[in-house]
Amino acid sequence: MTERRIRVLIAKPGLDGHDRGAKVVARALRDAGMEVIYTGLRQTPEMIAEAALQEDVDVVGLSILSGAHMALVPRVLELLKQNGQEHVRVFVGGIIPDEDVPRLLEMGVYAVYGPGTLTDDIVGDIRKAVLGAETAGA
Amino acid sequence: MSIAEDVLAGRRYALSRVLTWIENDTAEGQEALRALFPHTGRAHLIGVTGAPGTGKSSLVNRMAYYYRHPPEGEPRRVAVVAVDPSSPFTGGAILGDRIRMRDLAGDSGVFIRSMASRGALGGLARTTAGVVQALDAAGFDLIFIETVGAGQAEVDIARLAHTTLVVEAPGLGDDVQAIKAGILEIADILVVNKADRPGAMATLRALTEMLKLAHPSQETIMHHGQRMTAAAGVRKADAPLWVPPVVKTVALNNEGMDDLAAAIARHRAHLEATGEWQVRDRVRLQTELENMLQEALMQHWRSRVPEGTYRRILEAVFTRRLAPADAVAQLLAADAPRPKNLPT
Repeated sequence: MTERRIRVLIAKPGLDGHDRGAKVVARALRDAGMEVIYTGLRQTPEMIAEAALQEDVDVVGLSILSGAHMALVPRVLELLKQNGQEHVRVFVGGIIPDEDVPRLLEMGVYAVYGPGTLTDDIVGDIRKAVLGAETAGA
Repeated sequence: MSIAEDVLAGRRYALSRVLTWIENDTAEGQEALRALFPHTGRAHLIGVTGAPGTGKSSLVNRMAYYYRHPPEGEPRRVAVVAVDPSSPFTGGAILGDRIRMRDLAGDSGVFIRSMASRGALGGLARTTAGVVQALDAAGFDLIFIETVGAGQAEVDIARLAHTTLVVEAPGLGDDVQAIKAGILEIADILVVNKADRPGAMATLRALTEMLKLAHPSQETIMHHGQRMTAAAGVRKADAPLWVPPVVKTVALNNEGMDDLAAAIARHRAHLEATGEWQVRDRVRLQTELENMLQEALMQHWRSRVPEGTYRRILEAVFTRRLAPADAVAQLLAADAPRPKNLPT
């Protein structure tokens, strides 16, 4: 019997080319036993939503350092909803000004991670978000 | 409407959910597969294997795009199942094959699914066959199955696919690599990718030589300065022989895709003309059945042998008192059904 594995899509929307953070997080999630689909640089929100649908992920992690988060994140959330994936938890990491964090959370983002975040915290949050929701629903 | 009906009606998220259930081997997944199974058997299953870094994902990306935008004829619906390794320590995985498949984004005639191998060793995951069946039932005309690509013994794909592509690249080994058993023997089509790189001609030559050894035909050769005629190997005269072609590609520059598509079409025609299509279909289903049977028997057996007995025999092996083969014999005997009405 294969057990259930948490599936995470790590994506970099927009035009910045810095994917070190995304790779560090992807690696940490892998080491925590998760299956991480990594899509590479310069993804459009449409590409991200499509990958999330085809891969049936539990979580989408968006890495944004370009400052375009207030344009990109709502679009990804909207497309996930359109596809019937409103249950998918969305995390945002990167350079996000403090005043934008509450606005992103209000839109439906589960958590926002800035520089200096411990990968263990991200792992713990994802486990709680996915497995917690399942036990609550069951 | 059941989820299987949603899949047959082409609802993509329903398909995606079913694939997850199949991967996790849940009761819902088995039920969906039961409903979908009668609708399978139509797709052309194309296996893609070869060492890491030979460009399998890039090649699949270009080939899928080619079938979506063919120079002539109707576009075909294409699915891709890309298997990457799971960590043997944590069970986690990084599935990165989509990075090379961005040309296929935004096309509803394409469905890409990444799978982690989850401990299976033959280059596929244990549930890949089930995932492929669901995609087949969902109406994809061609299904590319990309293996992990780690080893020389990655031959499970040949039992799953109709057509197996073995992808090579220049500079990855000498000509003895090419005559080793295993991965090259399963090739229906050999692809030399990155054919613009130095050494491509040598790779091409080594593979062609290897094929000549495997598929002898009468030929004139120069041996110690004398012209000699070598006899053809023994083979059934009536069966048309499939000699795997060697196709040169440069996936990054989109070169050679028409040649490769032509080779795939020829192989399909060959399979259909010789009845081999049906043979492979049966081999695939038999393999699947036997794998499932093996697993079910194992589980059944484990549930009947007391844990204490198992531990005790295992301990005897650890302390070198019992050879593994004898331990197996004892364990099997431990499960022997006791005659009824006898004191135990």
